[in-house]
Amino acid sequence: MLEIAIQKPLQGSQGAMVLRVDVRIEQGSFVVIMGESGSGKTTLLRVLAGLEKAKGEIRVAGHLWNNLAPQKREIGFVFQDYALFENMSVEQNLLFAREDKALAQKLLSLTELTGLATRNVKNLSGGQKQRVSLCRAMMNRPKLLLMDEPLSALDEKMRTTLQEEIAKLHRAFGTTTLMVSHDAEVSYALADRILVLEQGKIVKDGTKDEVLEKEQKIAYRLK
Amino acid sequence: MDMTPFILSFKLAGVTTFILFVIALPFAWWLSQTKSKSKPFFEAVTALPIVLPPSVLGFYILVALSPNASLGGFLHNLFGVQLVFSFTGLVVASCFYSLPFMVQPLQNGFESLNRHMLEASYLAGKSKLQTIWHVALPNMKPALITALIITFAHTVGEFGVVLMVGGSIPNETKVASVAIYEMVEVMEYGKAHIYSAVMVLMSFLVLLSVYFFNHSQKKVGIV
Repeated sequence: MLEIAIQKPLQGSQGAMVLRVDVRIEQGSFVVIMGESGSGKTTLLRVLAGLEKAKGEIRVAGHLWNNLAPQKREIGFVFQDYALFENMSVEQNLLFAREDKALAQKLLSLTELTGLATRNVKNLSGGQKQRVSLCRAMMNRPKLLLMDEPLSALDEKMRTTLQEEIAKLHRAFGTTTLMVSHDAEVSYALADRILVLEQGKIVKDGTKDEVLEKEQKIAYRLK
Repeated sequence: MDMTPFILSFKLAGVTTFILFVIALPFAWWLSQTKSKSKPFFEAVTALPIVLPPSVLGFYILVALSPNASLGGFLHNLFGVQLVFSFTGLVVASCFYSLPFMVQPLQNGFESLNRHMLEASYLAGKSKLQTIWHVALPNMKPALITALIITFAHTVGEFGVVLMVGGSIPNETKVASVAIYEMVEVMEYGKAHIYSAVMVLMSFLVLLSVYFFNHSQKKVGIV
């Protein structure tokens, strides 16, 4: 169980606001966080990762995480801009996170990257880079996987492929996952639960059927 | 031709570059990461040797290192170290004089890195030191090479500070630039020409190597 009860003053898209999130998330669930730009979605992920401070409490399986450094949190983070180590190959990016060759090979195989293992990450396409980023995030078998709009920089075909791979990894590892997304279709395909943030507050919280608008669901089913 | 002044110049430059790298690396990292209000103060102090006449810097260092001053006296009484008119004194003076040439390129290099890449390293469980060594420095090679080479070359080219703090003691403080000055004073223009030509050639080769390296890095897409 992930228990979040935090407050953090922010400068949002419409001026000063307070990010105030009080929510409990079941272990192994896939939660998508939606909301307009500047509503506090990315900040919430960064606070959970320990990259930014906030008042309040974060508990994972009963353990208080507030004063835990990012290094100790056992978190996997997928950045929108991939944030790969550009001086390393695909495999080295994974092994830098953890020296576990068997796991690296398993992840590369699941995401169909085995043939690119020795290639420098600078020479990959956007979709391939994001798959490497996803694999790297899974290398330390995280308690929590955080993804900040991992699909937004990709074209539609690549988005669909990667969306399937994210689902595949979630099934294989059962990691509690929080993903920020603007995309209703992606959210509908992946989420067990959707939170909608507005001006730093959760204004909708429920299953995808409860939260997503009817038209968005129809658009997804027609595809 | 007596090569001792050149050897002294290169020895001084090598020792200074090594010491400055060790000191400037954590300092430049701190400057690049801090949000402290004192940052402009430290940046201004670091840049002072660029704008100050070498005689001013040399004068203050001479005063501070003199056995009659508190710092110089302390070192003299405790360790028996005489810093003025000695090679050790030259190293201390050179470290002050060349400080901005090491700090500024390193700071710029650190600041140019993708912040998410550094955060990804922390989230992979790596300490700041591991992140600097394995992720930051390999991804800012041009800045690193520029810092090392320019510091080295700048120290080889020192004159005013060296003359004031070290004087012109053969085999001890008489570096190439001071030797040339003395040759001109006694009108040995032939010798001065040869020494000067050697300095011009070496400086040009050093700078050429930096520009070649940075150009090649741009070609492979590192910068």
